[in-house]
Amino acid sequence: MKKTLLTLTAGVAMSAMAAAAEEVRVYNWSDYIDEDLLTKFTEETGIKLIYDVFDSNDVLETKMLAGKSGYDVVVPSGTFLQRQISAGAFQKLDKSKLPNAANMWDVIEARTSKYDPGNEYSINYMWGTTGIGVNTGQVTEILGDDAPITSLALIFDPANAEKLAACGIHMLDAADEMIPAALAYLGLNPDSHDTKDIAKAEEVLAAVSPHIQKFHSSEYINGLANGDICVAIGWSGDILQARDRAWEAENGVELAYNAPSEGAMMWFDQMAIPVDAPNPDAAHTFLNFIMDAGNMAAASNYVYYANGNKASQPMLEEDVIGDPAIYPDEATLENLYTTTPYPPKVQRVVTRTWTKIKSGT
Amino acid sequence: MRRFALILVPYLWLLALFLVPFVIVFKISLSDLAMAIPPYTPTLDLAEGWAGLVSFFRELDFENYVWLTEDALYWKAYLSSLQIAVISTVLTLLVGYPIAYGMARAPEEWRPMLLMLVILPFWTSFLIRVYAWMGILAKEGVLNQFLLWTGVISEPLVILNTNLAVYIGIVYTYLPFMILPIYASLERMDESLLEAAEDLGCSRLSAFWLVTAPLSKQGVIAGSFLVFIPTIGEFVIPSLLGGSKTLMIGKVLWDEFFANRDWPVASAVAVILLLILIVPIILFQRNQQKQREAEG
Repeated sequence: MKKTLLTLTAGVAMSAMAAAAEEVRVYNWSDYIDEDLLTKFTEETGIKLIYDVFDSNDVLETKMLAGKSGYDVVVPSGTFLQRQISAGAFQKLDKSKLPNAANMWDVIEARTSKYDPGNEYSINYMWGTTGIGVNTGQVTEILGDDAPITSLALIFDPANAEKLAACGIHMLDAADEMIPAALAYLGLNPDSHDTKDIAKAEEVLAAVSPHIQKFHSSEYINGLANGDICVAIGWSGDILQARDRAWEAENGVELAYNAPSEGAMMWFDQMAIPVDAPNPDAAHTFLNFIMDAGNMAAASNYVYYANGNKASQPMLEEDVIGDPAIYPDEATLENLYTTTPYPPKVQRVVTRTWTKIKSGT
Repeated sequence: MRRFALILVPYLWLLALFLVPFVIVFKISLSDLAMAIPPYTPTLDLAEGWAGLVSFFRELDFENYVWLTEDALYWKAYLSSLQIAVISTVLTLLVGYPIAYGMARAPEEWRPMLLMLVILPFWTSFLIRVYAWMGILAKEGVLNQFLLWTGVISEPLVILNTNLAVYIGIVYTYLPFMILPIYASLERMDESLLEAAEDLGCSRLSAFWLVTAPLSKQGVIAGSFLVFIPTIGEFVIPSLLGGSKTLMIGKVLWDEFFANRDWPVASAVAVILLLILIVPIILFQRNQQKQREAEG
């Protein structure tokens, strides 16, 4: 509840005032850090930290393109980062101020350089997959013990969706994630930019849309944890956080996360410094702090997302590094796909299609 | 001179807070989408002087307005917003009138306290109050728990994320805006008029229709506009309480701006919304004017 409130208040544009005392303004995804790290940062560096959150790449991109967002560090996902770099929204990182960059994991850096060649503008914060969160008790009660909980058919087959609508389905409000998922379900290339393929994805999504209670990118965490909804297509760590919240509340809700057998999107959230950041030095200090192996391990242990920091791995808890839903094994890794940004004309079709899917108009 | 200064102040106010922003939005609505900071083209570059100004105006066109007419989404959203605003206004009136009536008829020493109770919710943030409704209306929420406990229902009701929740949210939020003007007009009413009507053989009901209702008409009209005008463009309530089927122009505007990052089309949507709103705003102004004249 708090996080969405913050998202909304953050919607009010911040004025880029010149900072008197040293401070750094960070704009990150909601539910995405161990908040103890924020106080630790100020204790260690003496820099005042202002931390705001968002729950959609779209909101972040709008702020970046408006310019003068007032933020010093922002966290777009790969495809969005690539587009915003081309719009001139970010500054190149000064690697001499980032000694902890030596901790980074080359495997992930190789993948993120697809969006940011040479990783000149960004560092990886976390990465994960987009998959299915299931309230196993409720779903097997409705669909039987052989419910296809590891397949996208659980939601994209209208027969299943219709039955599950009774206990509530949420879907990410992100066209650039849901259309690739529908394409994967159809056995087509998830990264297709062909509008004919997008029309096929639309058919799949439109057929189940009446059974979706809400398209939203953060409410499903509480929804799943409280038992208000029973299925959600969402981000891996968010669903695992919901699972833990339900455990802590001891409310009898049993949740599971699965990367779909048809293939799951692998995404990368990258920390970058806006070109007009008021405090670029403090921003570098913050990035270096985040790349500290111990700090990164603490963040991953808290939010259940994998990170791009090799040195942090020995400090990760067993239920993080040992969980193939977080750190996929070789077999799962082969089943993951990545996407590239849509060109502007296709983007227009994609978002229009998405509005049509959601509202029926 | 003094008279001139007096007129100048409100006009400066109007110029700075309404006309200038409107011209900026209107200008963007004539631009084209671009992947840059800011995300539209052309931008006015005064350094190039007269030639720059000419080429700037040459690149502006009404393409985005044509786009709005080509897609059914937009007029459907405008119509649906109008519908939701009309129904909400009627519902708010039905709930608000009896409350205002009761307040105006309450003993005089109670009235300040009752008035206070109507205004009290404003002391809490509007967002928090809408969030509270999410907690009340959710499937596992307070309302369902209560109804299940009393045995009225056996299955939880789905209210949150439907249009019903949007209506509840709007009526709740805008109720004071309806109650206060009606209360003001009822409170001023001379009660001896009612006694006279009854002396002359009117039943209490017909006295209400013949005396009270006409005398509170101005309050009802003022309250209805105060609810209707902001409801059309409402964004927070439908996005938090409504579901994916709730189609309102405020949400479409948000999508154009944030999901499409298409500022020019978003601006065109906003300009049209403003044009739609100007009609009720002018009617409201006229009504206020008439009322002042009647009193004067």
